[in-house]
This record gives sequence, structure tokens and C-alpha cells, in this order.
Amino acid sequence: MKSLITSFLSGIIFAIGLVISGMTNPEKVKGFLDILGNWDISLAFVMVGAIFLNFFTFRKITKNKPLFANTHFLPERNDIDLKLILGATLFGIGWGLLGICPGPGIVNLVTLDTNAIIFVLSMTTGMFIFKLFEKANN
Amino acid sequence: MNLFLSPLIGGLLIGASSSLMLWGLGRITGISGIYSALFSFKKENYWKYSFIVGLVVGGLLLYKIYPSNLFDYKISGSTSKVIIAGLLVGFGTRLGNGCTSGHGVCGIPRLSQRSIISTITFIFIGMLVVAIEGALQ
Repeated sequence: MKSLITSFLSGIIFAIGLVISGMTNPEKVKGFLDILGNWDISLAFVMVGAIFLNFFTFRKITKNKPLFANTHFLPERNDIDLKLILGATLFGIGWGLLGICPGPGIVNLVTLDTNAIIFVLSMTTGMFIFKLFEKANN
Repeated sequence: MNLFLSPLIGGLLIGASSSLMLWGLGRITGISGIYSALFSFKKENYWKYSFIVGLVVGGLLLYKIYPSNLFDYKISGSTSKVIIAGLLVGFGTRLGNGCTSGHGVCGIPRLSQRSIISTITFIFIGMLVVAIEGALQ
């Protein structure tokens, strides 16, 4: 129960961070990506703030066991493979086209905007297609 | 709010949220991974449901309080463009094991080689797409 409350709170704080930072605003995101045009560098500060904080906190946190679990579940892979690059490339194309990544996509559902809903439905479909593709490859 | 201050404060909140997740549950806050696991309906995934519910509740709180200041934007694009972008974001984040949150916000501070390469790639490609779009207009 404590872990569920913690992750619920984490979700709330994450959403507030996304909205306040401007990451949920696709016009702002496209402005950040428009490096050759009318570049709006302000969203770089979102990454700076988050990475700077986590750089210190993650180091400290992983020295002890988590509060409500027996171990940390950290990714251990360190190899750069084609899937990683291709995946990031496809994601980058989608992100560049519309200016929305998964977190902001989900948060934008609260506006009940038609495009926000279509985006999340399509994203979900894309994830299902990946599942099928993975099954077919195994 | 100040042009740089609100992104910075938002970024610190995003960092605080993912730190809380790692501190409490020992988990990485990777939203594409968390969201995609919602459809496998397993008991060990309950924390993922509560995170996504929190994400929506957090958004809803702000939307109810500040609808005009914080949500004064449009997702502009034809339906087909929105669908293509959604499909690419969904498929790409699964193929590449993460998005802006998992690779960017959580992976880079851990100095994960995969996350650094991934983040540089999707930001670079995103910039390329916007540049091409700009050139075509």
C-alpha cells in the first residue's frame, strides 16, 4: 500500500512538473527542437533541472535499499545495439512531427482535446504493434 | 512566469518525482515502459497503475485550477499526422526501451551509455524533423 501511495504521489508531482515546465505544450517543444529557426532554448532547462537533481539524489538513494522494496530495479544493459538507435530514431521522428512524448501525451488527455486522445490511442496501438513484432521475431 | 524559471522549476519537480520513485520503490520512472505494461494486467504492475493515475490526477488538478494559463496551447496537425506521430512514438519508445523520462531524466544521471546515446539520437532526429518541416513550408 505504501508503495502504491508513493508511486501515485510521484505521478502527481511528475505531471505538475511537466505542465509547469512547458513540456506538455507542443508549440513550446517544437520551438525547442527548431534549432535552425526561431530557437526557444528554454526547455533545455527542464532537462538541466531534472538531470542535475537526479545526478546527486540517485547516487545517494542507491547506496541503501529502497523504503518499500528489497532491491533497486536498475537497467543493467550497457550495449549499444541497432534496436536502441532505431527505436530512438522512430521516436524522434514522432516527437519532432507533433512535439509530444509519452508523459505529456498522457497528461494532455485531461483537456479532452480530440488530438490529445487520438495521439494516446495511436501511441498505444504503436506499442501493441511492437509487441506483435517482438512475438513474430521470437 | 519567467521564461527560464518555469522550465527549471518544472524540471526540478520531475527530478524530485523520479527520485521519490527510486527512493520508495527502487524503480526507474520510465513513462513509456510503465504505460505499456498497463495492458498486461499483472499483480506486480499495480504500482504502474497508481503512477499513471497520479499522472492524470496531477494534470487534472492543474487543468481545473489554471485552465487558461497553463493549457493555452493547441495540438496542431491533421488527424493523419497525429496518428503517424503517435504510432512512431509508441513503437519507437518500446523498440528503444524508453523515452524522455526513462532515458533522459533517469538514465543520463546514472551515466548510462545507452540512455545518453538514445537521448542524443531522439533530440537530434526531432530537430532534424522540425528543420525539414520548416524548410518545406
